[in-house]
Amino acid sequence: MALTLKSRCCVVIVLLLASFQSMADTAIDARHFEDPVMAERYRDLTASLRCPKCDAQAIDSSNSPVAADMRERVALMLHEGRADKEILDFMANRFGEFVLYNPRLDGRTWLLWALPAALVVGGGLVVIAFVQARRHRRVRPLSEEERTRLSSLIHRHRERSE
Amino acid sequence: MIRRLLLLLPFLVFVGLAFFLYRGLSLDPSARESALRGQAFPSFTLSTLEDPGAEVDESLLRGRMSLVNVWASWCPTCKEEMPQLLALSERGVQMVGINYKDARDLGRQFLEEFGKPFEVNIFDPAGDLGFELGVYGVPETFLVDANGIVRYKHVGYITPAQVDEVMAEVEKWH
Amino acid sequence: MRLADEAIPENPSPIGSVIAEPLTEHGPEMLTLTIPEVGLFALLIALCLSLLQATVPLLGAATRRPLWMAFAEPMAWGQFVFLLVSYASLTASFLLDDFSVDYVARNSNSMLPWYYKFTAVWGSHEGSVLLWSLILSGWGFAVSLFSRQLPRDMLARVLGVLGVVSAGFLLFIVVTSSPFDRLLPGMPADGADLNPLLQDVGLIIHPPMLYMGYVGFSVVFAFAIAALIEGRLDAAWTRWVRPWTNIAWAFLTLGIALGSWWAYYELGWGGWWFWDPVENASLLPWLSGTALIHSLAVTEKRGTFKSWTALLAIFTFSLSLLGTFLVRSGVLTSVHAFANDPSRGLFILALLGITVGVSLLIFALRAPRMSANAGFSWLSRDALLLINNILLVIMTITVLMGTLYPLILDALGLGKISIGAPYFNSLFVPLTVMLCAFMGLGPVSRWKQMPGRELFRRLLGAGLAALAIAVSIPFLYNGQWNVAVALGMVAALWVVLGVVRDLFDKVQNASSAPAGLRKLTLSYWGMVAGHVGLAVTIVGVVMVSNYAMERNVRLGIGEQVDLGGYAFTLTELGERRGPNFLADTATIEVTRDGRVVTIMNPEKRLYIARGQPMTDVALHPGLLRDLYVAMGEELDDGSWAMRIQVKPFIRWLWLGALLMAFGGVLAVADRRYRRRRAVAANGESMRPTREVRA
Repeated sequence: MALTLKSRCCVVIVLLLASFQSMADTAIDARHFEDPVMAERYRDLTASLRCPKCDAQAIDSSNSPVAADMRERVALMLHEGRADKEILDFMANRFGEFVLYNPRLDGRTWLLWALPAALVVGGGLVVIAFVQARRHRRVRPLSEEERTRLSSLIHRHRERSE
Repeated sequence: MIRRLLLLLPFLVFVGLAFFLYRGLSLDPSARESALRGQAFPSFTLSTLEDPGAEVDESLLRGRMSLVNVWASWCPTCKEEMPQLLALSERGVQMVGINYKDARDLGRQFLEEFGKPFEVNIFDPAGDLGFELGVYGVPETFLVDANGIVRYKHVGYITPAQVDEVMAEVEKWH
Repeated sequence: MRLADEAIPENPSPIGSVIAEPLTEHGPEMLTLTIPEVGLFALLIALCLSLLQATVPLLGAATRRPLWMAFAEPMAWGQFVFLLVSYASLTASFLLDDFSVDYVARNSNSMLPWYYKFTAVWGSHEGSVLLWSLILSGWGFAVSLFSRQLPRDMLARVLGVLGVVSAGFLLFIVVTSSPFDRLLPGMPADGADLNPLLQDVGLIIHPPMLYMGYVGFSVVFAFAIAALIEGRLDAAWTRWVRPWTNIAWAFLTLGIALGSWWAYYELGWGGWWFWDPVENASLLPWLSGTALIHSLAVTEKRGTFKSWTALLAIFTFSLSLLGTFLVRSGVLTSVHAFANDPSRGLFILALLGITVGVSLLIFALRAPRMSANAGFSWLSRDALLLINNILLVIMTITVLMGTLYPLILDALGLGKISIGAPYFNSLFVPLTVMLCAFMGLGPVSRWKQMPGRELFRRLLGAGLAALAIAVSIPFLYNGQWNVAVALGMVAALWVVLGVVRDLFDKVQNASSAPAGLRKLTLSYWGMVAGHVGLAVTIVGVVMVSNYAMERNVRLGIGEQVDLGGYAFTLTELGERRGPNFLADTATIEVTRDGRVVTIMNPEKRLYIARGQPMTDVALHPGLLRDLYVAMGEELDDGSWAMRIQVKPFIRWLWLGALLMAFGGVLAVADRRYRRRRAVAANGESMRPTREVRA
């Protein structure tokens, strides 16, 4: 079919010129896993690996050739019985930390988990301190003078709004 | 006083953030770092483009510093890069090519047409070596020192203006 | 995209193009020739008006000059009208296919259907910012219409602050991003066409809604700054602000939901949220806006959390601005970064720095003293809302950090990393569960304090029911235990049943059920809709994340694939020609138990002008599940790679968001806001609810 041949040429051109524009032209591999658990792992792994060629796209949907190679390698390694972590490390060792959408815990990334955890703990402490300080505070009853002023204000307010 | 300082905290945090945003403006979001820098060149056993019967492996890159260029005949920018590669080779750099995901006759034809800066071309039709190198966009260029350690990586084609930059890296790791 | 920009000769300056224009032409060409110039001229006038609006009323309020203060309103109207003219002339240039206008040439094409020519106006950077400014001036106009009963100095200050923001953005357009620049000489014969991704119904409404939300928070921000300057953050102030907050939040909710819906059917791989930097940028103000809505309730009812409320108002709008910066400067790689330019980035950063920096300084200097006289106990609505605020702010900070961390590491020379869905999901799931746990308690609890025994008694049934239903749902769905589904369902049901219990109690305490229902305020119904809406969204997220099924297959004519009880058979392949694209089409018959459910027609399009291929998915939507078919590539044997998906409950995601937005609108319609405004109109001298300091 002439049309599809043309569209293939265009895929190449588009990939070369502006890889990000290809994102609406989603990649589909006819790949089937007999084992549903392995299929699930494949989906998770390809969704958590970033395509190095693209701007912001996981390899599961990217049409770029390197993403196709990476998907193929993921499937191969799954069939070889490799663990998820092995596969992710394998990719990071070749394409850089950049391809991991869930960064590895190290000296520069620990804050990513430590800060939310610290905030939850700190937030809890703030709540405790806040409520403790206020728990026994009683609202001071109005003095006689304030009471009359209040009622006159309310009175005046009613008159005005009617 | 402490309360006022506390109230000033959001402002101070914002100033810090704004500094990083400012720095971020001058960064190139499409730049990638190489995972291989400082690592040994991956091992491989492949034939050469010139000779289907030959067998080369990583020892090819030992003993002398070489500039390894990944190229393919289907890659339009590779053609534009050729003059720069020839210039580098003329300046005494040992050039090794990796003919990536290509057909032998097309690769040879390409070299006949656009020049032969390479002392030898590793033939990688399935792209396996390319994958080990983390190649994601052809052309890519790796500087490998005499001990077979990758020292520098350039993604995309080397523009005429970048030849000196590459030369400086070559001299740095000599 | 950058390449295309460089290839086009640039005009020396927007003003220059006016002068260079041959104004002596006659006839119908005269019309097209001058339309962009009218637009630019109107833009410049709007800029002048906004500069006046940014200075005169603020000075007037500071020096107590009524005339200067009264300046604010006409300026706001004028600015709105002139921006409308400017925007209309850009739209006209699109409709008339005036490709001598650079922006039109880059984003339209004579073959583009007319309705997309309307939406192409905001298809790229320049037009988007113009729309942003138009909406901003629209909000200013709305403030002057609906808040005329505000004290004069407050109104002057609010409009003055809006004027400052507006002036900044209009200056940005005029200096760096004018959409009216001409391509003369060298006008192209036809335009480069609108990005096919944006040629879609969802995109007709998504950006305007999102901008309405983003920009709507500028009103709240302006109110907060005005209150800080004036030293007046009281209950009356919160009543003025709450409707604006709710309406902006409702728009933002809709905008985000539309974006997610659009991504789902347009991008062709069935995802609905990618934790992409630009999505995060829209989620940030939503999270902090949600916190703001709740803290405003406390400030109004109890007079506490004042500084906090003011800070949240500033934060929320700052995050909107940050989002604009991230999208427009391209500092973060994102699939959405259609228009990147560092010089524009620098300008927006300066704008962001000045606006946010100055307002945070004002906050530091003018934040009100904490009023310490309101006490509350552990089990009180006050304490629960405090927890809600803290959790929402933690979520905001988490998203903010996850979005900016790669940038910060890169700026420090520490390398390139990516942070995406797996990271955000792992943090958001526990935080959302925690939020829901407290949300269930909220509606039932009372201000100040609530005896624990009573709370327990009233919610025991709801809790047990939530647990029982949630545990049985996985078994009912497919007969298998699934801890994630059960946990998510407990969270959602707990929220819903807590609200239901409260409704039930409120009705029961009244003399009759209809009387009890009638007594409930619209604000209360707004809360009910908002909370139930979130629960509905959570149900959607949990079900689709756990039970979605997908198969990528190769299908030839007559071949069949089974998925989730449905049989998909490819019956036909064809080709067709659209207005500006060519398409390969497929016809897929879907049957269940031998009966035809639907016929689906996915397409693979090639947009001619850009030579860009696009996947056009076929969808069969349903309340309980969507069927989703996308075409990939044609394979060597003439069969096609297809992605077939069954997505249970995915509609609930957006249904929940609609419900939340509806809740926001309900709360705005509450009578009490209108009544209060009438009161304020009567007594400017009578400052109501001045705090009695203990």
